[in-house]
Amino acid sequence: MTETVIHVEGLGKRYRVGERERYFALRDVITRAVRAPFQRNGARRPVDYLWALRDISLDVKQGEVVGLIGRNGAGKTTLLKLLSRITRPTTGFAEIHGRVGSLLEVGTGFHPELTGRENIYLSGAILGMRKREIERKKDAIVAFAEVERFLDTPLKHYSTGMQMRLAFAVAAHLEPEILLVDEVLAVGDIEFQKKCLGKMQDISKSGRTIVLVSHQMNQIRRLCERVIWVDAGQLCKDGDAEMVISAYEQSSMSAGSRGSIAPASREGVVFIGWEVEEPRGGGEHAVASGHERVSIKIRLLTDQTIRHGRVATLIYDARGFLLAGWSFDELRLEPGEHEISLSFSSLPLRPGAYSLYFSIHDDHQHNNNWTLVPALVIEGEPVTHFMDEWAGVLNIPCLLASKKVESNARSLT
Amino acid sequence: MSAATQPTALAHPPVPVLRITPPTRWWVVSFAELWDFRELVYFFVWRDVKIRYKQTAIGAAWAVLQPFLMMLIFSLFFGKLGNLGSDGLPYPIFYYSALLPWMYFASALQNSTNTIVENQRLITKVYFPRLALPLSSVLSGLVDFGVSFLMFVVLMIYYRTHPSPALVWFPAFLLLAVLLALGVGLWLSAMNAIYRDVRYVLPFLVQFWLFASPVVYPSSRVPAKWRWLYGLNPMAGVIEGFRWSLTGRGNPPGHLLFISASMVVIVLLSGVAYFQKMETTIADVA
Repeated sequence: MTETVIHVEGLGKRYRVGERERYFALRDVITRAVRAPFQRNGARRPVDYLWALRDISLDVKQGEVVGLIGRNGAGKTTLLKLLSRITRPTTGFAEIHGRVGSLLEVGTGFHPELTGRENIYLSGAILGMRKREIERKKDAIVAFAEVERFLDTPLKHYSTGMQMRLAFAVAAHLEPEILLVDEVLAVGDIEFQKKCLGKMQDISKSGRTIVLVSHQMNQIRRLCERVIWVDAGQLCKDGDAEMVISAYEQSSMSAGSRGSIAPASREGVVFIGWEVEEPRGGGEHAVASGHERVSIKIRLLTDQTIRHGRVATLIYDARGFLLAGWSFDELRLEPGEHEISLSFSSLPLRPGAYSLYFSIHDDHQHNNNWTLVPALVIEGEPVTHFMDEWAGVLNIPCLLASKKVESNARSLT
Repeated sequence: MSAATQPTALAHPPVPVLRITPPTRWWVVSFAELWDFRELVYFFVWRDVKIRYKQTAIGAAWAVLQPFLMMLIFSLFFGKLGNLGSDGLPYPIFYYSALLPWMYFASALQNSTNTIVENQRLITKVYFPRLALPLSSVLSGLVDFGVSFLMFVVLMIYYRTHPSPALVWFPAFLLLAVLLALGVGLWLSAMNAIYRDVRYVLPFLVQFWLFASPVVYPSSRVPAKWRWLYGLNPMAGVIEGFRWSLTGRGNPPGHLLFISASMVVIVLLSGVAYFQKMETTIADVA
């Protein structure tokens, strides 16, 4: 079945800049009302408008997993908010066929004074589940979140990680026909992220439609076959995932030489940028050849002392497959800016774009992780099979030789 | 006519189609949708009740203590010292029967005024009919009301006051109180979402309204020719109705009630309309 489940036509959202202030006081309204008789036309302060989204038209078919990418403030979240009816459009319309579940934030509706069990019901109801439905799925939710022992403990005594797990578990069991997800998969530790990602894959396999906002290109690559790139409130590119993502990465590569990032949290350690030290190719993030020693430099800023830092770096290919990972213990960092060098004896990978993932933990206290953007580009000549489908990921030179061997014993006939 | 003219059966049940458009018909309230979200209203009420007395030493006893202490103070100052009259009822019964709807009303206003602001995060992150918030904060006050009502029963027994057949009207007056609280609550919650001044105005409003209602004095003290004007305060009819239906003393508040009930309808309908109008922008402003 390839029915259209989301049909969007000319959708636009305009904010009055004044209205976006936290609130305005009655005083202003009264002053305006008092002044009004004396200032008829033209004397009014010009109102500033901001189009968060403009003239968006698109169709999403049933079972599609669509990634929404774009810079911060491009309008991705606004689009999700319009589709989930949190806010109303200014122009155009959208038609949605089926039950919509939106997950714009992990833990929506959680109350710290209530127990884990009570919060499952509350959050479930807020996300749109029926009481009977929650009762049916409660055990699965608890098992997924791994909080059995603390079910009757008030949420305020949970660790942040536990709260996140419980929150995602409730949301993951929502099972709507259309799921709108905003950057919520970046929570928890790596193990839990994997679990979330797996759950998302299950959801998409069951024929549901997913629209997903993420800054993590790996996730988008793994989950989505189609990607929509939104820029400055307008639809920039829409199509095959790899094509749109690489176009987006190219653009962000040229836009800022310093890598912009999507950190999991903004505390503790902050990623500033990264570059290739040697052998530098065309650009700061390109390696000229993977056949020799490759070293890269990552700049970090920390406001705390990292005592027993554990660093991990992972490298993924364009399709999101993990190629290799390394971990290092006992890194010590004083507060301030640091350069971390990673030196690989070689990176024999086929020319193309790769995602480098970098994480830093300190006794599980403050941790942060990033996918380094822009992606790492490896240049050079592919030396493997001439047909792409047989070429693989590694780009290891291989020589063929033959020589005649004297033998009387064997014969083909 | 043959069967051929009948529409062919669909292969699978029709999928509900939702059309998202710019706000136009803001006065159309989707009661069907609100009904659809009735379980959410239930959970909001449940949440409010659960957390109201968390971390308090005496818990739900506050629901009894508050009106009880008020009743003592009123009996002493307005009754014994002020001699404002009580239509022949014992002072505690006279005051408590009015404090029941009054305390409910005042706390419902308090809760619904803040409900949009308190649930701001929710409003900007998930969709549900926003009407569910003031509705549930008005309904959750009924639990406290129920608890404090038990105290009234105790007082009735203590003063050997017997309920009269007028008691059958009591649910109607209670309904009127709830609808009025909802109507005013809708106005206040929507206004407070935009003008935070409302929460500073509210204490004065509540005080003023208390003295404009027959809580500390019987409405018989109001001169007859101004009685109709007095009825424009819908709480006047509600409170007189409570007293009459619970104690059976005095006259049924006929004329007064009619004006009050009409006012309740006006406040409620305008409240719903105003709230719906603000609802379309609440998520952008909040």
